[in-house]
Parts: sequence; C-alpha cells; structure tokens
Amino acid sequence: MITRRNALLGAASAATAALMVSGPARAAGSATSGLAAASPAGDLPRIKGELVTPPHVMAHDQVAKGGPRIVEFKMVVEEKKVVVDDQGTEFQAMTYNGSMPGPTMVVHEGDYLELTLVNPETNTMPHNIDFHASTGALGGGALTLINPGEQTVLRFKAFRPGVFIYHCAPTGMVPWHVVSGMSGTVMVLPRDGLKDGEGKPLHYDRVYTIGEFDLYIPKDADGNYMTYDSPGESYSDTLDVMRGLIPTHVVFNGKVGALTGESAMPAKVGETVLFIHSCANRDSRPHLIGGHGDWVWETGKFANAPQKDQETWFVRGGSAAAAIYTFRQPGIYAYVNHNLIEAAELGATGHVKVEGDWNDDLMTQVSAPGPIVG
Amino acid sequence: MRFLYAPAAILALAGFAIVALPPVAAAQISDVPQQRIDGLSTDYREAGEFLSGNMPVNAPVVTFSPEVPFFVMRRQVTRGEYGACVSAGACRALDTAGEPDLPATGISFEDANTYAAWLSRRTGEVWRLPSDREWRLFAGTRAVDDAFQEGSPDNPAERWLSRYDEEARRREPEEARAQPVGTFGENEHGLLDLSGNVWEWTSTCYARSRIDPATGQIARHDNCGVRIAEGAHRAYLTSFIRDPKSGACSVGRPPTNLGMRLVREEKGFLSGVRSFFGL
Ligand SMILES: [Cu+2]
Repeated sequence: MITRRNALLGAASAATAALMVSGPARAAGSATSGLAAASPAGDLPRIKGELVTPPHVMAHDQVAKGGPRIVEFKMVVEEKKVVVDDQGTEFQAMTYNGSMPGPTMVVHEGDYLELTLVNPETNTMPHNIDFHASTGALGGGALTLINPGEQTVLRFKAFRPGVFIYHCAPTGMVPWHVVSGMSGTVMVLPRDGLKDGEGKPLHYDRVYTIGEFDLYIPKDADGNYMTYDSPGESYSDTLDVMRGLIPTHVVFNGKVGALTGESAMPAKVGETVLFIHSCANRDSRPHLIGGHGDWVWETGKFANAPQKDQETWFVRGGSAAAAIYTFRQPGIYAYVNHNLIEAAELGATGHVKVEGDWNDDLMTQVSAPGPIVG
Repeated sequence: MRFLYAPAAILALAGFAIVALPPVAAAQISDVPQQRIDGLSTDYREAGEFLSGNMPVNAPVVTFSPEVPFFVMRRQVTRGEYGACVSAGACRALDTAGEPDLPATGISFEDANTYAAWLSRRTGEVWRLPSDREWRLFAGTRAVDDAFQEGSPDNPAERWLSRYDEEARRREPEEARAQPVGTFGENEHGLLDLSGNVWEWTSTCYARSRIDPATGQIARHDNCGVRIAEGAHRAYLTSFIRDPKSGACSVGRPPTNLGMRLVREEKGFLSGVRSFFGL
C-alpha cells in the first residue's frame, strides 16, 4: 500500500511495498507530534513495528530494503507487582509494555522512530522516555512527560547506528523509575547491515535481547523482604536501599530465572546468535560460559569495528552492547554477568540450550573422573 | 539377641507393619510422634554417580529391606524443637526468625547431626539422620526416581539437554516459605510433608562409582563432604550449606529449603544397626 502523499510526490520506492505501510489516516495522526507539518519525515513511508516481549526481538530485515521510513511504535506504561525470585519476593515494578526490559525496537540508520507512549488512567505515576539514540530535549524526556490518563507521540531521527538504551526519566525520580524496571533497547542497524572491521557482512540467525536490572528491595527488621501496595508506598524505603548502592537482586529480564529452565534461549549448532545486552543503571560484564563473543561491539555502536574473539566484555551502566556468536558445540551454555556473585547469588544468569552434534575435535573427555593413577 | 524381635517378625509376616508409638515420657522435647518402620522393603536406586567407562549411566536398583526395625519422626523437626537445643547452648542459632511450630529450615547437615546428638543425650535414646536408603524406604511413593535418559556416547550434550529439559519441566513447590506441619499431606506410612518444600538431610555420602565395561567391576570413590538431602528430587549438597537457594548459575535446581526428620534406633541393637546402615 502506498500513502496518498507519497503517491502524489512520486516518492514511492520499493520499500513502500512493505505489507505494513499504513494508510493516509496515519499520516494525519503525525500532526499530533508537535513537529512542523512540513517536516521532511512527513514525506516518508510509514510502517508499524510489531513489538514482542524480550528476550525476543521484533521481526526485521538485517539489510534495509529501500530508503528511510518512519517506523511507528506504541508502548503502554504498566505499573504492576511482580515476583522477582523463586522465594516469592514481590516487587513494585514500573514497566514499558509490561516487561523488563521493555521491548526492543529495531529501525535502520536514517529511519525515523515514532513512538506513541501511553500512561493509562490505572497507573499512579507520571512517566516519560529518554532515548539514548535520539538527539535533543533530554533524549525526548522533556517532550514526553505524561500523567496517568495521557498519551504522547515523539518522533526522532535515528542516524547513529548501534544499540542504545531507552529509559524513563521523570524529573527528581529518574534513578527510581529506572531501577523499577523502566528501560529497554533501540537497535539502529546500518542500512547495509552489520560488518566486521574489514567491511565483510555479518549475519545472524537469531537475536536475543537481555536487559540486566539491579533491584533494591527493602527488608524488614527480621530480614524478610517487604511488600507494598503501590510504587509510591515503596518509594522512601527503596530509596534508602538504593543509596547503599548494593542491590538485593541483579537479574536478567526482570527476575531470577527469567532466561533459564523452560525459558532458556534455544539455538542450534551452526547458528549465529546476536545477543543484545542492556544495562540502564549499573555496569556488567557478560560472559558466555563454554563459548565466546566472536564479534563484540562492546560499546554497542556499529560504526566502530567489532572486537574479535572476546571472552568477557564490559557493558557500561547506561549503555547497551551487542555480541555475535556462532555455536559450535551442543549443550547448555550459561550466559552470565561474570561477577559470579551477582550471577549465582543475586540472579544474573541465563541459559542457552544448543542442540546439534558434538565435535570431538573441539573437546573430548579423554578419561572421566576416577581414582588418581601413577 | 535377634529372638527379641520375634513380635516384629510376626508382624512382618503380614506384609509390613507400622506401629504408632505413644509419646516418649522422658523429655518433652522428644514428644514428637513417631512411626515404627518394620518389615518394609523397597526397590532402591543407588545414590551418587555411576560411570560405565567414561559414560554416565543410571545407577543400579537394589532391593532394600532392613533387618532391624527403627522409628522415624512422623513430621520434620520444628523451629521450636531446634530452638530448645539452641537455648541449651548445644546448637547453632538459625539465620532467620519464624514461628516455633513451623518446620526448622536453614539447617545444614552439621546442624542436623549436632541436634541429633543433643537430642540423644537429652533422651537417652539413639537419634540420628536416616540413611538415603532408609529415607526412600519410609518415603514410599513420595520418593522420586532420578533415572535419566542415558543418551549416546558420541554426544554428551544429548544427556545434558534431556536432563535440563526434565528439570525444567519438573513440578516443584512454588511456595518457598516453610509451611505449617501437615500442609503437604501424609504418605501411605503415615508420615507428614515428605517431598514438600523442605528437603531432609540424610547421612549418605556422595559417591562416584566407575563400572569397568569389560569386567563389570565397580570402583567406588566417596566424598563425605557432600551429603544427600531428600525431597522432591535427590539433591547433593555440601554439608555446611544451610540455604541452598542461590540463583540458577549452575545447571540443576537446588532444593527449596533444608530441614530434617530423625530416626531413632531401638535400644539394645545399636551395634548391629550401625554396622548395617553404615553402608
Ligand atoms: Cu517512569
């Protein structure tokens, strides 16, 4: 489908043949963004990005087909009580679209990302969004603060390729909203796809998006975690714990075990997997136990050459990293924050379940554990 | 002295017999109701790890029928009971507070042994942890077989993956906090809360046995720094661990809580019983 405007201007390209290009009604909707109607973005074809819950990532082309577009997304802020560990510890979470992290939005370099952010009446807090991929207005935070019962639309030009954090940033309460769950990732792919340092294309067969969260849950005098009925009621106690800078939980995707057991990430021998790792607040050092990072963009920005053959990489708090790995051996791989105390005691562990044939050349058990001989 | 057991032997002829005993009058602390385990028999899958050559295989199944009866607590030791040992200066205090009627949790293997020794001194009886065989005997249908799919020798990952899936599917208690006595019901032998959310220490050591595929001979290596805790699955834990809940880093799910249920030997048969269960 082709928008009327594009047809009139003769700007329709192959890209506008995409299935999800919306009709003229959407073009009228863009006027609510507050940007000038003559904005160059207004002339571009529009598609709707269909967001999915992490660790999954929306369907996307690794190499852009055609020219820049406006990619429309909608996210609803959801304040809710969640359970964050297997001891039933309850946590007053604030989330984008109900998940920690919020969904990963994928666009291509030169596209415009247009987000409709909704804060339903049932919520209790004002929220907004700061896109690290965007330029100006505190990443959009200054233009998007909405109270319960309001919505807003923000559009920005995604001209820097890479994986970038987005997070909530309401004045005076930024860290609390962030450590309550309000962060996610935008991936801006180069139009011609990912490349190694020599310009050779890099492809992936699967992509998983992992958001690491440091949680600060108050305890009572007996050492039991406290439960609250609303985010507001948990605020002052939580702030006390936050100021100690020692998290009670460090988790991937919102809770201990969110990426293990039946929720482990599947893959196959020979498949190449892209791991996106976001840390909205605190540093981490992902490591794939039994594997590597074949190609790692440690700071997450694709205009820089990826590093090769990494054992562990560093994710700065307030950034996202990307790593590509081709699985060569079947089995269970642990994807951990290699501060192993945080991985094993505080929760920062995921598992990749890899099926396929064992490669004896890469590894062989010459002799199983047995008595000491000689 | 075996003739003293004639009554038990007669009861055993009728299949098996479990006799509830009146509370022990000597000391209040041992008022915990007990069942007499006599004449029971079970198909027991050996504990520990078995290798055939380099390849992990399922442990063999043997028939276990103790020659000597013993008594077992109908329920797990409670916080209040353990607290009495703490007050007496014999046991180490628990790390968390809680209602005295709840099962004692946060118990290490060493804590359990210390408590059993104190209780034995207090009552003049011989209290101890059950062996893994004894536990599986009285747990009956509450004991869970841990046989696994052996997989192919060419691809160890098949076994890892199938075990992982099996563990992921396993239904285990969702409630982590210790529950009031009786919450998890009674088994066919009248024992409460077996395989609920509190695992029970046994005296059995972790062992690795290597079967020579050519001769069938078994070489066994024990590690008594690791003991078996029984419950919804058989768990191998370092003896000083009190809280098994620590993330999911290693593959394999830990028990929810650690507690204990003791057995009592019948007076006068101490030496025979000891040698038998020392297996
Ligand atoms: Cu917010």
